[in-house]
Amino acid sequence: MANTENTVQKTECPVCKEAFSKEELAQTHKVCPKCNYHYPMGVQERIKLIIDSGTFVQYDEDMESTNPLNFPQYKEKLAKDRELTGLKESVVTGEGLIDGLPAVIGVTDYRFRMGSMGAVLGEKITKCIELAMEKRLPVVIFSSSGGGARMQEGMLSLMQMAKTSAACMKLRKAGLLYLDVLSYRSFAGVMASFAGLGDIIIAEPGTRIGFTGERGRASINQKLPEGFQKAEFMIERGMIDMIVQRKDMKAVLADLLDFFSQVEPK
Amino acid sequence: MNNTGLEFEKPILEFEKKINELKELASLLKTDLSSEIKALDKRLLKAKRAAYSNLTPWQKVLVSKVPERPSSANYIDSLMRNKVELFGDRIFGDDSAIIGGLGNFRGQDVVFLGQEVGRDTKERLARNFGLMHPEGYRKALRLMKLAEKFGKPVITFVDTQGAHPGIEAEERGQALAIAENLAQMSALEVPIVCIVIGWGGSGGALGIGVADRILMLEHAVYSVCPPETCSQILWRDNEHAVEAAEALKLTASELLELGIIDEVIQEPLGGAHRDPKLTVYRVGRALKRNLGALLSIDKDELLEQRYQKYRDMGSAELS
Repeated sequence: MANTENTVQKTECPVCKEAFSKEELAQTHKVCPKCNYHYPMGVQERIKLIIDSGTFVQYDEDMESTNPLNFPQYKEKLAKDRELTGLKESVVTGEGLIDGLPAVIGVTDYRFRMGSMGAVLGEKITKCIELAMEKRLPVVIFSSSGGGARMQEGMLSLMQMAKTSAACMKLRKAGLLYLDVLSYRSFAGVMASFAGLGDIIIAEPGTRIGFTGERGRASINQKLPEGFQKAEFMIERGMIDMIVQRKDMKAVLADLLDFFSQVEPK
Repeated sequence: MNNTGLEFEKPILEFEKKINELKELASLLKTDLSSEIKALDKRLLKAKRAAYSNLTPWQKVLVSKVPERPSSANYIDSLMRNKVELFGDRIFGDDSAIIGGLGNFRGQDVVFLGQEVGRDTKERLARNFGLMHPEGYRKALRLMKLAEKFGKPVITFVDTQGAHPGIEAEERGQALAIAENLAQMSALEVPIVCIVIGWGGSGGALGIGVADRILMLEHAVYSVCPPETCSQILWRDNEHAVEAAEALKLTASELLELGIIDEVIQEPLGGAHRDPKLTVYRVGRALKRNLGALLSIDKDELLEQRYQKYRDMGSAELS
C-alpha cells in the first residue's frame, strides 16, 4: 500500500488508487483530494477536528473491560487494540466546546475491536447521556462501528443496546438535543441502538449504514443494488437527515447546536 | 414420539419405539403386556434423565431448534382467551413472522406479541422462519403503544434466529426500527413480560425483548451471535461451534447467573417437544405470577426499576 517516491511515503486511495502523502492527507483531514473518499478517522483526530482546542475534558478515561465471560483470545485482542490505538476501549466520552458551544461528546473508534459495543462502551455512552441531562447539555455522538454488540462479552454486550437506548429515550423526554454523526461504518447492535436514535442523523459521504453486514448477508445470496447501504443510498430511502463533508462538519454541528439552543425548554 | 434426529436422544427414541411396538402388539394379540411396558417405561425415564439432566450448551442449541418444540402460536392459542389478532404497521405492510393482538390471560386483558417460526414447511416459508422485517418491529411497536394507551400489560414471546438480513429489510430501515423499539419499550408505561421460548437471536430478538421480567425456558438459548458465526470468527472454520456455544454463555442457567434474565422455567423431562401441554402450563403459571407482581407496582416505580435493571447490566464487570 505504501509507495516510495523521492523517499516520501505515499498512501494509495482504496477507491481511486491515486497516491497521496501523509501530509497531503492531513491537510484534507484524511479525505482523498481526488475522489473525496473519506478515510476512517480515529478518536484523537476526530476530537482535534471537532472540539475547540484545549476545551475537551474526558470522562471515565480508565474504564476497562474485565473479560466477564473469560472469553478465549479476548484479553490478547484487547491488549493489541490498546497498543494500536492508545485507547483503553472503543469509545471516548467527555465534554467540550464546538465553536464556543458546549456539548457532551462521545466518539467510537473503528480501530478498536471494529468499534464494537461491550460493557464499557455501553456504560460510557449511558453515563455521558446521564451527565448531559444533569448539566442540561446537548449530546453529540460520532459512531464509527463496523462491529455491533461485541461477541466476546456475549449477552452482556447485547444488553448494552437496551441500556444505551433507554438512556437516549430519557434524553429525548428531557427535551435535550442529540446530534448523531455516522462515519465510515455504522452497523448492527450500534446502529440498532444509540446510533439509530439521534434527533438529527448526519453521515459523512460514503459511510456504510445498516443492520446486517457482509457476513450476515452471505446466507441470503441476493444481488446487491448499486451503492447499497452507503449514506447516499440510505438518504434516498429516508433513513438519515443529511450528508455532510468532513471539512464542513464542525460548522454544521455548531449551527445545529446554535439553532436548538434557542428552543430548549427552561 | 418425536424423531428429532438428535444424536444424544438415540437411547430415548429406541425405548419410545420399543414401547410403542409392545403397545401395538398387546392390542393386536389382546394380551396383557403391561408389566413389560412398565419395565421399559422405567428404562425410558432413566434414559431421559441421563440425556437431559446435563445438556451441554451446544446440545441446548440443537434442542432449542427442534421443529416439534412448541412455538409462539401454541402458547398464544392455549393461554389467551377471546383472542383477537391484529395486523400491519400502518406504514408498509404486515409481517407474518410476528403474531400480535389482544387477549385475556387468566382474567387480565393483555396485548400479546410472538415471533412465530411456523410449525410445518409451508407455514415456515409463509412466516419467513420467524425472521422479522422492519414492518414487523413497527407493527409490534404500534400494538405496544395501543397497550400503553389503554393500560394493558404486554406479553412477548421470543423465538427467532435473528432479524431478517435481506436487502429490502435494510432499505426499509431494519436497524432504525429495532432501535426505536428498544427506546420505546424502555419507557412504555405498562408492565412488559418477555419469555424466550426457543431461540433468542441477538438484536432481532431484543427488538421485542426489553421487559420488566425476562423469563426463559430451561433449554432455550439467547445469544449475541450464532455459535457457527463465532466459530468462523475465532477459529476461521465451522468446526468449533461446540466450543463457541460454551464460550458465548447462551444457556438459561448461565444467563440467570449473569443477571440477564430473571427466571428459568423448567421444561418437562426430555424437553418441551416431549410434552408441549405441560410446557405451556408451566409457562402460564410463571407468567401469571410475574404479571401479578408487576401489576401491583406503581407506574413511576415500574419505569424506574426497568431503567435501573438495564442500567446495571454489565456495570459490575468494569474496572
